[in-house]
Amino acid sequence: MVANTPGPASSPEPGPAHGARSDVGAVRPPGASEDAEVLRGYYRQMALIRAFELRSAEMYARAKIGGYCHLNLGEEATVVGLMAALRPSDYLFAGYRVHGYALARGAEPGRVMAELFGRVTGMSGGRGGSMHLFDAGLRLLGGYGIVGGQLPPATGAALAIAYRGAPGPDSEAVMCLLGDGTTNIGAFHEALNLAAVWRLPIVYAIVNNQLGMGTPVEAASGEPELFRRGCSYRIPGERVDGNDVLAVRDAALALMESAREEHRPGLLEAVSYRIRGHSVVDPARYRSAEETQRVRDLDPLPAFRARLIEGGVLDQETAARIDDETERTVTAAIEFADTSPPPPVDTLFDGVYATPVPNVFTGLPGDPPPDGQTTVTTLGES
Amino acid sequence: MGRTTVGRTAEQTAEQAVTYRQALHDTLRAEMLRDEDVLLLGEEIGVFEGSYKITAGLLDEFGPRRVRDTPICEEGFVGAAIGAAMLGLRPVVEIMTINFSLLAIDQIVNHAAKMRAMFGGQVSVPMVIRTPGGGGQQLAATHSQNLEVFYAHVPGLKVVAPSTPADAKGLLASAVRDDDPVLFLENLALYNTKGVVPGGDHIVRIGTAAVAKEGSDLTLVAYSRAAVIAHDVARRLEDEGVSAEVIDLRSLRPLDRATVCASARKTGRAIVLEDDWLSYGIGAEIAATIAEGAFDYLDAPVRRVAAAEVPLPYAKPLELAALPDAAALTRVIREVLEATRFVPRRVPSSQG
Ligand SMILES: Cc1ncc(C[n+]2csc(CCOP(=O)(O)OP(=O)(O)O)c2C)c(N)n1
Ligand SMILES: [Mg+2]
Repeated sequence: MVANTPGPASSPEPGPAHGARSDVGAVRPPGASEDAEVLRGYYRQMALIRAFELRSAEMYARAKIGGYCHLNLGEEATVVGLMAALRPSDYLFAGYRVHGYALARGAEPGRVMAELFGRVTGMSGGRGGSMHLFDAGLRLLGGYGIVGGQLPPATGAALAIAYRGAPGPDSEAVMCLLGDGTTNIGAFHEALNLAAVWRLPIVYAIVNNQLGMGTPVEAASGEPELFRRGCSYRIPGERVDGNDVLAVRDAALALMESAREEHRPGLLEAVSYRIRGHSVVDPARYRSAEETQRVRDLDPLPAFRARLIEGGVLDQETAARIDDETERTVTAAIEFADTSPPPPVDTLFDGVYATPVPNVFTGLPGDPPPDGQTTVTTLGES
Repeated sequence: MGRTTVGRTAEQTAEQAVTYRQALHDTLRAEMLRDEDVLLLGEEIGVFEGSYKITAGLLDEFGPRRVRDTPICEEGFVGAAIGAAMLGLRPVVEIMTINFSLLAIDQIVNHAAKMRAMFGGQVSVPMVIRTPGGGGQQLAATHSQNLEVFYAHVPGLKVVAPSTPADAKGLLASAVRDDDPVLFLENLALYNTKGVVPGGDHIVRIGTAAVAKEGSDLTLVAYSRAAVIAHDVARRLEDEGVSAEVIDLRSLRPLDRATVCASARKTGRAIVLEDDWLSYGIGAEIAATIAEGAFDYLDAPVRRVAAAEVPLPYAKPLELAALPDAAALTRVIREVLEATRFVPRRVPSSQG
């Protein structure tokens, strides 16, 4: 973890050069103060996300899921660590790689899967699909499919919080997720600057899975140490091992705390790796076999499992039971999705506007607009 | 230019059936071979070979100087292409889909389209923005749009939208050699469609529509994917004794009003099929054009078959209901024929 201050960033633990992190996936025993049940809970969430994503890929192959489908495979420790740092009262904005966050935030797996299936019981009523999960109750204010689209609205949510309440331990705060590639879009820089000049309670969490589609970070980012990109806005940045769920959680907690208590924005970079292609249809041929193997070796799920077993928090039997339970949960989620109906076609125009408005055209393709003339009255016999 | 034409294959000199994707690829390659000032910019066009594989192999052949992967920064790289064009390069930019062009719309509309006129004709912006539109792939509201009218509305831009591999070739070559900014609209549903492409140097003039099929009873006006559907429907109607003429606009700005109006004057009935939304869409311009240019000849009001006015839902049944298709077009054609008491030329042979 590296604190970032304006000027040359200081590096108390100068991490090895980008892409060569030796500490990633290291098996360290959990701190003595950790509650065993909490740790098992993290494992359970990570295992659930893993199982959910693997089955999602399968459902895509079986054409139960359509469109784009981006998985969190390999990012489970980051996902669970980040979500563990949020309170129920905090708000979350995400990109399109969002299934795991919804699950870790507490969404019913059946409702997540139903959205992927395009069913009316889905988180967004079947209208959003994989990229666009939303749940007001969970304060998950959306997955966004346009790169960087979530950043300004997340910043605005933080503005609303600051507008309504003073900083303090009870203040709400926002976490805005983004990918490494997303740090290159203008919206990232505009959002960070606004958050800095307005002193907003928001943490921007970069999930650096080291690739944006097929592009490695160094090829796309002038400053590949992404946490330093807060410098220009005097936003403190930190980098953390994204394969270490506890390290991610702790780093995120600290930044969320300054967001809450001082209304100071923060920038967190969690370095993980995307195990599969960009989306389920990407075979990732641009990645070498060695690279793919290296990634497999860093897999955070077996690493955390081993770490918990070593620390006496988990035994093989319990771990196997948790794995079984998550499998069953996902199977049930698939069943729920599969037996749910799609939204009825006569609801096509529902929800486009918040309140009824006159003269909205709700015709189907080919229907004439209201008052459109379709019969020809003046036609003579011909 | 000057360099050997590595691996130049026969398909570029002889007429051949190729996919729309292949036609684009081959034309890009040919233009790069022809003119060293042509370079490609865009996200994932090099190592990844393009989201839709149009640029496959070009990085290997031409190297990173001429095939540039960009970071995710549409406004930045489109603007950079404008600047490079001001100095005489001919950048061909790929924007992954037209939805993401919205991040660059300021550079396109406020800059590329304005410079020549606003600076008194002292500079031109010879660049191409290639980008696919289109729904129907369950990509949901933000990834399924047909926003070409945003650009077709703007003087200073040219907007072309080929529906066939041959026109894809001819219009892309024209666009690259054009001295003004051209938005070159592709369509996700067209990439795998096949058609015969003329060999050699094939040019389609920007600003000209094609009479894709001649007919005498009614006029179908369309562009891009919709033109393919209109053509199919028109062919099927022949069996029912209905002779439909199909106008493939090919160019949305400038618009070939003469060809559209001539057809409407000939047939007296006109229907527009368009993938964009009805209100203020391309079809609205076509209907107005026909009202202005063929009013006295019309037997019926111009009808439009367009997308339902909703952010496109992900769920398949809703998506299907919202998008215009052959069935909707056929229904409207029948309504128009019925309302004008059309008598088919001959009884369909397949029915009793
Ligand atoms: C404005 C915009 N441009 C391009 C895309 C296409 N696109 C989708 S995801 C992606 C890569 C994003 O990479 P990163 O931010 O690292 O996130 P990751 O996919 O790795 O989670 C691109 C280019 C898009 N959705 N929106
Ligand atoms: Mg990434």
